[in-house]
Amino acid sequence: MALQSLDITRRSATSTQPPDRRKTQEVVKLIDVSKCIGCKACQAACMEWNDTRDVIGANHGVLDNPMDLTAASWTVMRYSEVETDRGLEWLIRKDGCMHCSDPGCLKACPAPGAIVQYSNGIVDFHEESCIGCGYCIAGCPFNIPRLSKKDSKVYKCTLCSDRVAVGLEPACAKTCPTGAIVFGTKEDMYHHAEGRISDLKSRGFAKAGIYDAPGVGGTHVMYVLQHADKPELYHGLVKDPDISPLVSLWKGVAKPLVTMAFGAGILGAVMHYVTKGPNEVSEEIEKEFKDEK
Amino acid sequence: MKNDPKKLLRYTPSERANHWLTAILFFLAALSGLSFFEPLYYPLTMLFAGGVWTRIIHPFLGVAMLISFAVMYAHFRQFNVMTPSDREWLSHVREMAGGDDRNMPEAGKFNGGQKLLFWLMTISMALLLLSGIVIWRAYFSPLFPLWLIRFSAVVHAAFGAIMIGLLLFHIYAAIWTKESIEAMLYGRVRRAWAKQHHPAWFREITGGGK
Repeated sequence: MALQSLDITRRSATSTQPPDRRKTQEVVKLIDVSKCIGCKACQAACMEWNDTRDVIGANHGVLDNPMDLTAASWTVMRYSEVETDRGLEWLIRKDGCMHCSDPGCLKACPAPGAIVQYSNGIVDFHEESCIGCGYCIAGCPFNIPRLSKKDSKVYKCTLCSDRVAVGLEPACAKTCPTGAIVFGTKEDMYHHAEGRISDLKSRGFAKAGIYDAPGVGGTHVMYVLQHADKPELYHGLVKDPDISPLVSLWKGVAKPLVTMAFGAGILGAVMHYVTKGPNEVSEEIEKEFKDEK
Repeated sequence: MKNDPKKLLRYTPSERANHWLTAILFFLAALSGLSFFEPLYYPLTMLFAGGVWTRIIHPFLGVAMLISFAVMYAHFRQFNVMTPSDREWLSHVREMAGGDDRNMPEAGKFNGGQKLLFWLMTISMALLLLSGIVIWRAYFSPLFPLWLIRFSAVVHAAFGAIMIGLLLFHIYAAIWTKESIEAMLYGRVRRAWAKQHHPAWFREITGGGK
């Protein structure tokens, strides 16, 4: 989404300061998995607000529909039947962009301004600057961005940055009938989560807790999980996600090092030429072949 | 006359054409590739009609360069077999760079440095091809696991940088060694030049005479 913004904290492939004249409060969408009934109203609201329409897929015999995130489905409900110490449990997680404080997609992106992070924490794709290389897909620790086959641009949840910018909550939070999705400042959402966690603990979920991924500096989509010690139960939610060291190497230290090496090499060559002189045929041999010249 | 038949033929017309085609494709692939590596070079995308076009054509330029390089490899491989004398040459390379060639063993058609460069470029090309396929998002990336895509991105960037470094070295060596650019442009070299820089090759094709 493109909106003139004066509150940009980070901008992809940009080493100078982006316009961040305005500071906004950090916002969080808190998803309380224990309250989710799997109705998919959030999926419908997301399609509705963002005006995306995915292709009609096939029934795979499970509730997951569509089966995965796509360029047109920015959020999907993930249904997992798992055996825990409480017996069979049905865990439903709303999957989508986590809006990391330290976003791997933005770090990997080579196109200036194709990915931005606002001071409220939202990580947004500006598709008109996207070149379709897919580096963000390699950079993301949560496997979220999807490349459109139609226009070769990547798409993902915007956290309804357009709604948030004018003081509204994201469409999914607005529509959630059970209050499983709530939206507010990071501080308020922590406070809300604490209440939910103590409630869950009193109901026998001893390991209930918050999922905020410190490895990526915290996220702006957080979960309340009944089994916070085993996030992978929730359709493989990554335990301790972080930006891969390979991505950090590739889009971190390697960049200045290589440029400095090129510069040093070229300067070295010039210095070698002006101090040692060219490598020419010696006088001796020239004399020997005098007649040839 | 540039192509005086009294001069010695060093590169045939097809060898020269092959070399310069590879060189042009290298420049195009390197300039387009640099723009994805580091934002400092992103303005280079303007040479290729913008970021999206650069992303689309870079892999095709790479494949075209690889094909041209492969032809060159198949042909020049026979002249680039490392011999003990070449290793000896390489051990004295610092003296050579310092302008003192008295202790240099006699070089054949190619000296030890040129041969080493040939093999390093061959290895880099092979790794660039393999890693490039994995990160070619439009056609191949979905076939590979995420860890391999990340690993290949690092390999591709590293060997792209190494390849550019090798080519900068190659270009400087050609500028430093006078008349070698003319050799690759026009094909023929003066006998004095051949005796100076490639004495063993000179003897081989002239039978030792003047």
